[in-house]
Amino acid sequence: MSLEKITQFTSKTMVLEAENIDTDQIIPARFLTTTVREGLGKLAFYDWRYNEAGLPVNSDPFAGKDSGIHQILVGGDNFGCGSSREHAPWALVDFGFRAVISTKVADIFKNNALKNGLLPIEVEPKVHAELLAAPGVELTIDLERREIIRPDHWRQSFEVDPFGRQCLLDGIDPLGFLQSCETDIEKFEARQT
Amino acid sequence: MSSKSLFDKVWERHLVRAQTPEQPGVLYIDRHLVHEVTSPQAFSMLREKDLKLRCPERTFATMDHSIPTIPFVDGKPVYASEETGAQVSTLQQNCADFDIELHGWDSPNRGVIHVMAPELGLTLPGMTIVCGDSHTATHGAFGALAFGIGTTEVAHVFATQCLLQAKPKALRVTIDGRLNDGITAKDMALAVIAALGAAGGTGYVIEYAGEAVRGLSMEGRMTLCNMSIEAGARAGMIAPDDITFNWLKGRTHAPEGQAWDDAIADWKTLCSDEAAVFDKEISLRGQHIAPMITYGPSPDQAMAVDSITPNPAGDVEADGLEYMQFTAGRPVMGEKVDVVFIGSCTNGRLSDLWDVADVLKGRKIHERVRMLIVPGSEQVRRNAESEGLHDIFTAAGAEWRLPGCSMCIAMNGDMAQPGELVVSTSNRNFKGRQGKGARTVLASPATAAACAVWGEVADPRPFRETPHVA
Repeated sequence: MSLEKITQFTSKTMVLEAENIDTDQIIPARFLTTTVREGLGKLAFYDWRYNEAGLPVNSDPFAGKDSGIHQILVGGDNFGCGSSREHAPWALVDFGFRAVISTKVADIFKNNALKNGLLPIEVEPKVHAELLAAPGVELTIDLERREIIRPDHWRQSFEVDPFGRQCLLDGIDPLGFLQSCETDIEKFEARQT
Repeated sequence: MSSKSLFDKVWERHLVRAQTPEQPGVLYIDRHLVHEVTSPQAFSMLREKDLKLRCPERTFATMDHSIPTIPFVDGKPVYASEETGAQVSTLQQNCADFDIELHGWDSPNRGVIHVMAPELGLTLPGMTIVCGDSHTATHGAFGALAFGIGTTEVAHVFATQCLLQAKPKALRVTIDGRLNDGITAKDMALAVIAALGAAGGTGYVIEYAGEAVRGLSMEGRMTLCNMSIEAGARAGMIAPDDITFNWLKGRTHAPEGQAWDDAIADWKTLCSDEAAVFDKEISLRGQHIAPMITYGPSPDQAMAVDSITPNPAGDVEADGLEYMQFTAGRPVMGEKVDVVFIGSCTNGRLSDLWDVADVLKGRKIHERVRMLIVPGSEQVRRNAESEGLHDIFTAAGAEWRLPGCSMCIAMNGDMAQPGELVVSTSNRNFKGRQGKGARTVLASPATAAACAVWGEVADPRPFRETPHVA
């Protein structure tokens, strides 16, 4: 899987204020019976969107949110906690998200997201509060400069894993990087025996 | 030489290439555990790139997440859906194609992967162990560095036996003093998570230390490390000691003879140096830990069973109480229970079943309650049955099942109905985790068993003080 290069993009935000949004919320476990990684977008946040009969609920936070327009998900603190399922970023990417912003993104989700071109962006609580309070605001995410920028020139820096960032900027597949370490891996194995 | 923590020592032993400011370290992986749910796409990635599995001999598989726990019909498992059956046959095919040892339906060792691997001696002190499952932290109980990874990383390990890893920070959780009678590792785990918060361990590897931790059995240590991820930490570790070595001796994959003696000498060096520095430290008093339950849909929303729910600190807690249908400032004890689940990689081991049997012996579960008791592995099942525990369970009115993850993740048809209150020995109480709309209270096996008898959320302590009904 080669990665698409990302340098910057502009989109509107969608806000899910809840804290500790776990990966069971992002995609419920009963949908993990798949053996492929495509087509999971329709299952993203399924139980927030549909009732037991599979009908849309009134409180569906995604109602009317065209994923082509809202590509940035602003979530409450500790986004993506819980299970290691990579189905969570697969579902979010397939739905149309390209970035998630929170004060803290859970470790395994963060790793998984980066490998699928979904930017896990961590911002200071003050910046986070401003974004939570302004759903639908247009943001430019500049990965090169590690900045989020509003049309009114408000700009804030963000934290992102440096190596993951470089892979996305250059379109490098981390597996290719690991394979290029083959000589070192062989030396390591020789030392073990 | 500078002082090092247990984590530093295991980390440094496995560095194929050191971390630089621009690049993470390249970490060698000793054991790769594989199951049916998070592996199929990783095998597909290998095939797409025409890659081989680098070290089949370091890779071990079983199926646990989506398999039925009900008895076979006509000698065959009855899957909850075509998809779950297909997932298992995909794993069988992948293991055959890539030459991986699979503990499948016919294996006497099959089980929940984090129960099975230690039983086989696949988990040894000082190892690096990964699995596409966040509860891989369980293996840290042996002084291994063990953590969950995503499916793309599963493919990385398949192809290179290595992972790119930035070194996490170190957090020491010290639990001093002794535990009160009847307090279990699960109560410790919930107390630690409540103290740290759901994200308090994010970015850290936890080392559990202190007298109360040293006093735990291996089963208890596995329970404690298992739930590290519920505080956000990918790994939890405990320095190995005689309890560890005695537990491991003679297991299938443990070293033997001179190799065993050499291993012990080495493993004894796997402890944090006196002056080791941790990025963060917390400590708890063992004697202050009570039987714990959760009151909200996050594992850090935990309190003593006989306590009252706190007044919500914010919208999150208010929303959580509303979902649970609990009231702020009121006890949870006395709430009517519909389902009790005993099992999972957290509490599906033999000692957990002893705790349940202690409560259920000579008693009946409440007529309202459906109780599932799911052993963590075939070994656990055999041992429990040889001790007659299954007879105690079924006589009490509980269902005795085949090994699997079952209602912990509710992928296999074992699930609760909307609105039902489940007291569960598993690790997650997230909204809908055990079935859409189901409400989960996490507790120890003893507490869960007490709840089953009373038909209400209950304190297990009186059961210890009352003699068994003959």
